[in-house]
Amino acid sequence: MLAQTTLAPVAAPRSRFQRRSASAKTGLHLLMAAISSMFFLFLLSYILRSQVSDWEALSEPWQPLAQTGQLWINSALLLVASIAFELARRNIDRPQQGNSREFLWLAGLSSFGFLVGQLVFWQYLTDRGYLASTNPANAFFFLLTGLHGLHLFGGMFAWMVATYRLSVVDKNLDSKSISLAKLSVELCATYWHFLLVIWILLFALLSSSPGTYAAIAKFCGLGD
Amino acid sequence: MTFAVILVAIVILSVLFHFLSPWQATPLASNWGSIDTTITITLVITGIFFVAIVIFMAYCVYKYQVDPDRRSEYKPENKKLEWWLIGITTVAICGLLAPGLIVYNDFVHVPSNAVEFEAVGEQWRWSYRLPGTDEKFGRSSVSRMDEINTFGLDPDDAAGQDDILVAGNQMHLLVNQPTKVLLRSKDVLHDFYVPQFRAKMDLIPGQITYFWFTPTVPGTFEILCAEYCGIGHYNMRGQIVVDKASDYQQWLSEQITFAEVLTGGTVEGLVEQGQLLASSRGCLACHSIDGGPSLGPGWLDLFGSQESLIDGSEVFVDADYLIESIVDPAAKIVAGYPPVMVAYQFSNEQLDSLVAYIESLSTESSGSPTKPAVEE
Amino acid sequence: MAYVDDAEHEELHEPTSFYAKYVWSQDHKVIAIQYSLTAIAVGLVALVLSGMMRMQIGFPGSIDMDSTGYYQAMTMHGMIMVIYLLTALFLGGFGNYLIPLMVGARDMVFPFVNMLSYWFYLVSVLVLIASFFVPGGPTGAGWTLYPPQAITAGTPGSEWGIILMLVSLIIFIIAATMGGLNYVTTVLQARTHGMTMFRLPLTVWGIFVATILALLAFPALFVSGIMMLLDKTIGTSFFMPDMMQFGTQLDHTGGSPILFQHLFWFFGHPEVYIVALPAFGLVSDLISVHARRSIFGYRMMVWAIVAIGVLSFVVWAHHMYVSGMNPYFGFFFATTTLVIAVPTALKVYNWLLTLWRGNIHLTVPMLFSLAFIVTFLVGGLTGLFLGNVVVDIPLSDTYFVVAHFHMVMGVAPILVVFGAIYHWYPKITGRMLHDGIGKLHFWITFLGTYLIYFPMHYLGFLGMPRRYYAYEDYQFIPDSAQSLNAFITVVAIAVGVSQLLFLFNLIYSLFRGKPSGGNPWKANSLEWLTPDTPPKHGNWGESMPVVHRWAYDYGVPEAELDYVPQTTSGDEVPVHESDLDE
Repeated sequence: MLAQTTLAPVAAPRSRFQRRSASAKTGLHLLMAAISSMFFLFLLSYILRSQVSDWEALSEPWQPLAQTGQLWINSALLLVASIAFELARRNIDRPQQGNSREFLWLAGLSSFGFLVGQLVFWQYLTDRGYLASTNPANAFFFLLTGLHGLHLFGGMFAWMVATYRLSVVDKNLDSKSISLAKLSVELCATYWHFLLVIWILLFALLSSSPGTYAAIAKFCGLGD
Repeated sequence: MTFAVILVAIVILSVLFHFLSPWQATPLASNWGSIDTTITITLVITGIFFVAIVIFMAYCVYKYQVDPDRRSEYKPENKKLEWWLIGITTVAICGLLAPGLIVYNDFVHVPSNAVEFEAVGEQWRWSYRLPGTDEKFGRSSVSRMDEINTFGLDPDDAAGQDDILVAGNQMHLLVNQPTKVLLRSKDVLHDFYVPQFRAKMDLIPGQITYFWFTPTVPGTFEILCAEYCGIGHYNMRGQIVVDKASDYQQWLSEQITFAEVLTGGTVEGLVEQGQLLASSRGCLACHSIDGGPSLGPGWLDLFGSQESLIDGSEVFVDADYLIESIVDPAAKIVAGYPPVMVAYQFSNEQLDSLVAYIESLSTESSGSPTKPAVEE
Repeated sequence: MAYVDDAEHEELHEPTSFYAKYVWSQDHKVIAIQYSLTAIAVGLVALVLSGMMRMQIGFPGSIDMDSTGYYQAMTMHGMIMVIYLLTALFLGGFGNYLIPLMVGARDMVFPFVNMLSYWFYLVSVLVLIASFFVPGGPTGAGWTLYPPQAITAGTPGSEWGIILMLVSLIIFIIAATMGGLNYVTTVLQARTHGMTMFRLPLTVWGIFVATILALLAFPALFVSGIMMLLDKTIGTSFFMPDMMQFGTQLDHTGGSPILFQHLFWFFGHPEVYIVALPAFGLVSDLISVHARRSIFGYRMMVWAIVAIGVLSFVVWAHHMYVSGMNPYFGFFFATTTLVIAVPTALKVYNWLLTLWRGNIHLTVPMLFSLAFIVTFLVGGLTGLFLGNVVVDIPLSDTYFVVAHFHMVMGVAPILVVFGAIYHWYPKITGRMLHDGIGKLHFWITFLGTYLIYFPMHYLGFLGMPRRYYAYEDYQFIPDSAQSLNAFITVVAIAVGVSQLLFLFNLIYSLFRGKPSGGNPWKANSLEWLTPDTPPKHGNWGESMPVVHRWAYDYGVPEAELDYVPQTTSGDEVPVHESDLDE
């Protein structure tokens, strides 16, 4: 069938809100694709660079990343944030929005806690003399956690919008503001899940042993 | 009509230009005639497509020019035709790719009887190393480089003691001897390119790259840097001299080994020390000593001359001026040269030796103005 | 024929103040014009820089330019033309103007983000221009910015110029991403009633796929830019190896310059198609309209665009055959590179088959389109030399490369830009561009660029290396090469100056051009069917268009006229099925 056949039934025009909601989701997915591309390329560079002899992996037993306690706490905070967003999303259709508002606050606070926790770990590293310029492994650590943190920080603005919209819902229970709040929360939940997955990948890679890097490099045909 | 005629004219003139052009590849001087053959194959195949497509276009433009009484044909698709065209194109592409990959396979496989030499690039000159009688290169690294050990060889590595070091820009090769070039850079990217040999390869700091060829024609050939490497890129010249066996042995016997460099490392005499410094610290990359063009002012007959500065004033070249120009190059810029030199740090003794060396390059080192500045 | 969408209608408050309308505008058409004018302005800077370079090459010493200035001009010319002119113009300019109109939307889906995209772009241009005025001047690292040389002494602008360059690129990438999200989402979500993906004009397909490439490829430039910026500013060693420069050991250790090259070309090759695919799309529409014939093999054209887009991510290392990477990569990348020639060739055939048995109007847009085919053909065929690894070895880093990429991604897309501006100017302004000036501009540009770049390939065969400030005393270069260089310079200056004709035409016709009416070319696609010309805010007035057919019904036998707009229903003129698709 060539392009000009119109025989297929055409769906009825969608409402303005349906279109807006679908557009926002598509936009977010594209944004996540672009961010994934960026982190993927960083990780590839990381693996490649780790195969040069001057690399001092932070995960060696005598190095700071051998004890990952602080990072596990941070990870738990981010996990809580992600779950809280998910619960907020699932509860929002219930009467009076269930406990969505509380979950949203929990998500925001634990995200904030995650960012503070990451900064605490940065401080810990710099105090012990692990500066970005002293070794490429350190530089990558700061760069990757920093960029991840920046993306989360950017997400905090979306969180603020969602919180605001949900608070408006409490005042006037019209369908438009409920839909808007729901859309906001949904988008935030998706974005936080995404950032959680990225963080798990980063954490796993950053704390892996040099042997793992070598194996990945070999698998990708990068190491010689 | 006009447009169709012009299209045909473009085809005819392009083909004529190809055959009449005085600008063709330089005469081949290596074994890579097969690369030239792949270029010819590519030219023929792409040339046929070029002529056919443009002529067909000219035909369409002429035949189907606007006619208010006619309608264009309504036939939006012809799958069979499209698949035929895809098929023909694929065959042509294979005709290009297959010979290309066969020759490339030769290019990446260095023959076992190839001898090795190393070319070291730095901004903006070349130096070379041969493995010596043991046919093994000694270990090298940037961290060991200094004024004496300009190649950064490991003095404790026995394999390096007999390595032959060629500090000038000129290297000699034996004709008809398959040769593998190992490439090493001290600073930025460079590329070892001799047009007559066809092959080329980049130099990457921190890595050793290679390629191979067999020089087939005795003579002198220019090495060009073909990877942009900063303001002196266009002037990073070297020479390959392809010798017959007797000439090559003669040249080889005059070269010095790393062991000799180490033992003769303390050079006697101020001028000789200056000469060594000028060579090892890269001064000669930008300052010619034979009166030839260079990025910075040449040193031949410089001492004792008058130089015109960019602010219009003149300066008399004496020891003080030279020392100032070395430690603070931006203070006085000679007209006609870009202000690109970075400040160098030398001890007072080293500065004295450099000045002595530059003074020795003037025909009359009496200190009186001998000739007007070149830039006047 | 058209339906009223009340929900859509409610949002239409047109801004009234001058600032809201023309400066802080969220209207895609105004943003498109802002993008285009900025891109053309900065492109003129790059054009002047190229003229200065040509003077130095053709007539050494004729202008006051040392090697520092030459390399700065070379770098800025390349970077501006590729990124700040072509990318911005095709996506930010044509993408912004045409996508909502062609898919039948009132605007982009995220108008505020769209506005931000332009302002980020403007800031990136200003940062770039600022680098001309900092100590040491703009960077002279070559547009590829290869480390270590890009950030070390011995390269012009290695103090401040390179930092501003990288910052500008990072801002540009943010701008391009914001714009890109908009274009793709608008195509996916804001098409009007009846506008299926396979009824989109090829212009939209080209820009759509190019934007997806941009979203996935620009991060590679972002990643490499960030890492190089850190190497420069805080002394990390991502790309910086152990180095001994001018007799001094540098502090960096162990970095990998070749990693940068991989990242750069992972961006850089898709970038070629980010410029080329919109050009393919635009030129397909121009040829179909002006040959009054349906585009030949529409669906193959779409699949070719998609295939080229996908393949463009697996060919990057063909820029690195002699870079010292693992030589065995050459086999793989030569094969993928030559494979990409097949869908590309198919597009050329289909353009020609659209001309065949057409009814060709040699209007100015058509002339530029046909010239594009010739130029692109030469550039594409010479690409087969450089893609085939062993043929590339003698030709890489010579003038052959310069001639090739100027033909294929410099002149060819610019010819499309000109053709497209002559084609859509009536929609943007309501007036026709002057035909006589247009033809003069066309002939000088087409024949001039061919005279510049065709002979230049032969300097490459000769072995003349590119990026040389001067060629004094090289024995293998005959004196006649200098004469050819002088000839090329003369033609280049003439072509450069003749662009003033185009600028004059743009301004003159804005006031004195012949009124065009809404659909001067008798075209089918939606942008010609707006109730007002130029289209007002919201594009469609009261009722949205409904689409019943593809955009290429020219010469339909049953129709009264030789064109059938996309909004014409099947009751009036039958909607055809393919004869050959059983």
